[in-house]
Amino acid sequence: MNLTLTVNGVEHSLDVPANTLLADLLRTQLRLTGTHVGCDTSQCGACTVHLDGRSVKACTVLAAQADGRAVTTIEGIGSPDDLHPMQAAFRDCHALQCGFCTPGMIMRAIELVESGAALDNRTVREALEGNICRCTGYHNIVKAVLTASDTMQEQAQ
Amino acid sequence: MDAFNYHKPSSLAEAVALHRDAEDPAYLSGGHTLLPTMTQRLATPSDLIDLEGLTELTGIAAEGRTLSIGAFTRHAEVAASAEVRSTVPALADLAEGIGDAQVRNRGTIGGSLANSDPSADYPAAALALNAVIRTDRRQIAADDYFRGLFETALEEDEIITRIDFAIPSCAAYEKFPNPASRYATVGVMVADFNGTVRVGVTGAGPCACRAPAFEAALSARVDPAALDDAELPAIDFNSDLHASAEYRAHLVRVMAQRATARLVEAS
Repeated sequence: MNLTLTVNGVEHSLDVPANTLLADLLRTQLRLTGTHVGCDTSQCGACTVHLDGRSVKACTVLAAQADGRAVTTIEGIGSPDDLHPMQAAFRDCHALQCGFCTPGMIMRAIELVESGAALDNRTVREALEGNICRCTGYHNIVKAVLTASDTMQEQAQ
Repeated sequence: MDAFNYHKPSSLAEAVALHRDAEDPAYLSGGHTLLPTMTQRLATPSDLIDLEGLTELTGIAAEGRTLSIGAFTRHAEVAASAEVRSTVPALADLAEGIGDAQVRNRGTIGGSLANSDPSADYPAAALALNAVIRTDRRQIAADDYFRGLFETALEEDEIITRIDFAIPSCAAYEKFPNPASRYATVGVMVADFNGTVRVGVTGAGPCACRAPAFEAALSARVDPAALDDAELPAIDFNSDLHASAEYRAHLVRVMAQRATARLVEAS
């Protein structure tokens, strides 16, 4: 089937089988391999991307459901020379070890901060319930999100 | 995931016609049960009929003593809705506690009720809030809707369009969540309609049910202690690796008492 979607600001028109998952379209067709697939059953959150600004698990969205919509992946938020504040905070706070869960963590955390919710240790932990990390014990991830939250709010002012 | 034909109808009638003509069709709402089931090949429909964009299935409106929610409304939209917060805050709280943030951004209230997972949250609210399930062809009272494990009164090709909840004077939902999935091991909603109390229970048995003896006790006296000796609903309690039948039975009383305590606090 034919579909048109905007990924990281670039419009793509593609012909894909109907059973293509958004995660596979991003990784295989568009070679945007920063979106990771961990569990394939919407448990782990490694594949989290933004669909029209809301975080979703790309392993549980059909490419067809993204037709006409805007997708943002980890590749779309910053570059090695110009990291997004959330990426910078993850680096500065040592919020990753193997890094597999990091793209999903960062995409979810950006939506969380942009939602304007009042954040503290507990609310961040609850908000990241859909993202699983098997290395870090989460402590530094929470620290990074709170750090980036301050930076993003300062930048917004 | 096996191959299937994908359809995106632009009207309810077209959706039903597509369903009738297909070999082994399934309606697609938020997809957060159906798609993982398909990736594991536990379901292999020949045709997926996407209900997104059907205007009859959208919108939230409160009118008189009824809160009407379109079937395609996502959990995050219910949780964030000013209309829901101001009329039935317990329902917004319930939606806020489903799964995780990404799941709430996709899953829909109609999808949840159509699937009738024994551990889903919304069925407890549908029963406690005396909901009317509106479909493309009729209205079904929540009391007549839940029939068994993943079994509802819906016909094969029937589509839920809206859910009309009765607005209570006060309600509270308490659940004992599975720590991994956040599904309700047991969840209980207690709703007070000017002294007449309804109690909806999910997670305990094959499908959501009411707790008649709890309702009678609470209608006489809204007090957690009124439930100390009240009879549990007469159901076959689920038993699995997460909780034994005995433990679930225990949790029904505890969750109902916690919800009642919140009702007392709120009034």
